[in-house]
Amino acid sequence: MILLQLMFEFCKTGLFAVGGGLATLPFLYEMAEKTGWFTNQDILNLIAISESTPGAIGINMSTYVGFLTSGVPGAICATLALAAPSVVIIVLIAKCMEQFKNSPIVSAIFHGLRPASTGLIVAAGLSVAQMAFLKSDAGTNILSAINLPAIGLAVVLFVLLRKFKLHPIAYIGAAAVIGCIFQL
Amino acid sequence: MKDLWKLYRVFFSIGICTFGGGYAMLSLLQRVIVEKYHWASEEELMDYYAIGQCTPGIIALNTSTFIGYKYKKLPGAIVATLGFLSPSLIIIVLIAAFLQNYASFPLVKHAFAGVRICVCALILDAVLKLGKKSITDKIGIAIFLIIGALAVFTNVSTIALVVVSGIAGYVIYYVRGRKQA
Repeated sequence: MILLQLMFEFCKTGLFAVGGGLATLPFLYEMAEKTGWFTNQDILNLIAISESTPGAIGINMSTYVGFLTSGVPGAICATLALAAPSVVIIVLIAKCMEQFKNSPIVSAIFHGLRPASTGLIVAAGLSVAQMAFLKSDAGTNILSAINLPAIGLAVVLFVLLRKFKLHPIAYIGAAAVIGCIFQL
Repeated sequence: MKDLWKLYRVFFSIGICTFGGGYAMLSLLQRVIVEKYHWASEEELMDYYAIGQCTPGIIALNTSTFIGYKYKKLPGAIVATLGFLSPSLIIIVLIAAFLQNYASFPLVKHAFAGVRICVCALILDAVLKLGKKSITDKIGIAIFLIIGALAVFTNVSTIALVVVSGIAGYVIYYVRGRKQA
């Protein structure tokens, strides 16, 4: 019974959380309050874990909550229920796009969307950069808040990235090792 | 069947490598899906990403579903999505079962400080590649700058930004193009 309820709650989250993983947060707080399956402290712990594991944050969150609630079956049900609505919606949209592929109206719309999409990615990148390059404990002086070694590492990684066509995981792995060695 | 299994494996590996909350995924998709397997073009990737921003659900999942559908219709959509979420499912269950305090280990903290720095470099790389294809004229530069600035400095919802730039594209490139013709 609790599995059905779990699926219903996460289906709802998948259907109404628009705009990426963190958009699922308000739904989780509401769920915690309504059902008592997990606490606000669990949510904070879960955000920290999501940020330090691979995978999209929203998916990790539903797996974690599902597991806390009713073990492995709960984890599977919650994750699949979260994904189901968007699979249906995206397949419908993809079908429509196929049909209107050669429409000049659709191609004009996408002509406008593409630079906007690039702008949105830059904005998302800046929020990650803020976490990576600014020290959180450095008071008001902006200059002293800049993490110079981090910027140096980023520059080196970027140059290597452009020069050698290795799989991105190679650079991610190297950065993780450097992070451990130099206690970043 | 063999193709579907391959699709699953490729998206499973993308799921494992997607550190940093989905943003590093773009660079992976460019290298693996566009450059290696040619399952989608750079432009299509951008279209999927833009649509993923304004439809419900996780953007990374929406993008996986799109690419899967384009390659093998409905079965492809389902398989790619399952492939992408499988690693999260396994890793998070293991952590929740055995390592509740995983995120507070100093080693994990330091490693992910390094990973975040790398994710920034990956995003910059992805954006430079995308920008070359997506920003092709002065109007494109203007849309890029305006939407980017609004997303950074204001709380206007992403959905509104995507819808407005779609309408702008329609008016500028279609309506105006017809008047000139």
